[in-house]
Amino acid sequence: MTAKISYAEVETGTELPPARFPVTRATLVQYAGASGDFNPIHWNERFAKTVGLPDVIAHGMFTMAEAVRVVTDWVGDPGAVVEYGVRFTRPVVVPDDDTGALIEVTAKIGAKLDDNKVRVDLTATSAGQKVLGMSRAVVQLT
Amino acid sequence: MALDQSFVGRTYPPTEPYEVGREKIREFAAAVNDPNPAYVDPEAAKALGHPDVIAPPTFVFSLTYKAAGQVVLDPQLGLDYSRVVHGDQKFAYTRPVRAGDRLVVTSSIDGLKSMAGNDIIDIRGEVHDEAGEHVVTAWTKLVSRAAEEEATA
Repeated sequence: MTAKISYAEVETGTELPPARFPVTRATLVQYAGASGDFNPIHWNERFAKTVGLPDVIAHGMFTMAEAVRVVTDWVGDPGAVVEYGVRFTRPVVVPDDDTGALIEVTAKIGAKLDDNKVRVDLTATSAGQKVLGMSRAVVQLT
Repeated sequence: MALDQSFVGRTYPPTEPYEVGREKIREFAAAVNDPNPAYVDPEAAKALGHPDVIAPPTFVFSLTYKAAGQVVLDPQLGLDYSRVVHGDQKFAYTRPVRAGDRLVVTSSIDGLKSMAGNDIIDIRGEVHDEAGEHVVTAWTKLVSRAAEEEATA
């Protein structure tokens, strides 16, 4: 593994470059195919509403995959991520238009750990609401 | 309805091996619109010290979730799968998943709880390669939401 970032150059509180990830209905159909998760709440508005959702929602795992990109883009080597966990607090509602929804992600170093590892604390919001809670990655730096 | 606590600790038989292909990783990376070359270019992956292209960190969920189906669809457990939502997800990696891996998932029930009519199940999926070496552990918390009449009671 070859992280681009060295342990010595980060401090607790160091912010990673933030990112914004758009998601449309087409994105969700593509993700369903690639992941094998064809639950209709992610592509069928009629079905989503019958189970009490406001509209089609993004796969939680899609949101989780986008959020960690703030970490993998920063560290260069995605194999440097040794732990990653999230809590799904609110769904990302994806309207049927050309804009869809936006997932906004910020991250900072929450703690420096042993063996050149750091804990990165992530925040992901959509439409001004937190969509992931307790979102943390442990990353092996050089 | 409270779930049967005797299921806690139960381990299900390992899955058949899943062969991770370069093109499947490429498809997944495209679906999350991630241009990291480590996912598509073997030379770029080798420059980072990997023997072949690696998969994005959440890729392995497609295997572990399918394996967890053995648990959540177990008729003896009696979980209402139509009302299941994903609560938490965590991964701990010994190494990244990579092209050429033949991965086997062994699922266990780590915990069962019933709260306010919701059934909550914690499933652990241990993922090993063909040599029997540990690759990643996935912890999945699923919540089977109470039916409306119970939730509003």
